[in-house]
Amino acid sequence: MIAVGERAPDFSLPDHEGNEVSLADFRGSKLVLVFYPLDFSPVCSDQLSVYQEVLPQIDEAGATLVGISVDSSWAHRAFRDKLGLGMPLLADFEPKGEVTRAYGAYLDGAGHGNRSLVLIDQEGVVRWVYESPTPLEIPGANLIFDALVNAA
Amino acid sequence: MRRILDPHGHKPASPELTSAGVPPVDGEDHVRGEGPEAIVYLDLACPYCAATWVRLDGLKLRVVFRHFPVASKHPRAPALHAAVEAAALQAGEAAFWALVNSIYRDQGKVDDPHLWERARALELDLERFEEERRSEAVAERVRRDFESGIRAGVAATPAGFLDGRLVAGDLASELALVTSPRNENEKF
Repeated sequence: MIAVGERAPDFSLPDHEGNEVSLADFRGSKLVLVFYPLDFSPVCSDQLSVYQEVLPQIDEAGATLVGISVDSSWAHRAFRDKLGLGMPLLADFEPKGEVTRAYGAYLDGAGHGNRSLVLIDQEGVVRWVYESPTPLEIPGANLIFDALVNAA
Repeated sequence: MRRILDPHGHKPASPELTSAGVPPVDGEDHVRGEGPEAIVYLDLACPYCAATWVRLDGLKLRVVFRHFPVASKHPRAPALHAAVEAAALQAGEAAFWALVNSIYRDQGKVDDPHLWERARALELDLERFEEERRSEAVAERVRRDFESGIRAGVAATPAGFLDGRLVAGDLASELALVTSPRNENEKF
């Protein structure tokens, strides 16, 4: 997993609408990257649904939350629609998992990312990371708020 | 792009959602039964919660019910949680538990006319029920529980706490380990 204090690896990925989104687009605001295994899986559905409920508070805290998985833009779009999600979802689809690997969140052998959170500050520096012990464990949204208060 | 937490369009909740222990039981909580105390955070529109609720019914537990509606996944959840609070305001805890049971036992009928039907079955004043389930006080009461759950690390439903600690694994199975079967006459 990428370490606190490192410069966040740049990326340019299509979002759920197929629009390219880069790390540089978030310069000047705090960014919470949510690496999750797969669209439509039960645990990922729970995780992103609960994060959705606190998006207004994350916004109030001056941060933007963005999801990343190895699914395609089309899958992301359907997943967002199904769950009523408002956060952007980025498709680390081709080359598969390249950005997830750059952040050290890829699970070799599983074919997808581990459930991980990365807080990047306004200057593009990693300020906090969380890696779930297993993909089945969901980090509570409280940990994101702790990080926003204490680490950035 | 963003949804508002409160479906009735009231102001969003406080940004203070940093980690905190699960709040101990207080006078505003809905508490039912005797035995080891389990604080449970449930979504009334969640099928897993419904299945868990049926299994909890057979356990000798002191159940503390806390609201955890996940509106994005279950769009009717906020309305259902507001409805059970309105039932409690009007007719007390018996009406609260009766409506919780009613909703969990038939999750296919959760639109407004179904709620009116359920309210009539409980002999509630329908006009008052309608007014109170849409009130700011009820929204605040539901939000209080939701936020305490977020701060305590609830990340999915159903979730439960024993002695202040989040229960890992299948909730009903874990709670069954700390209790014994209830007397049939004590069913919720």
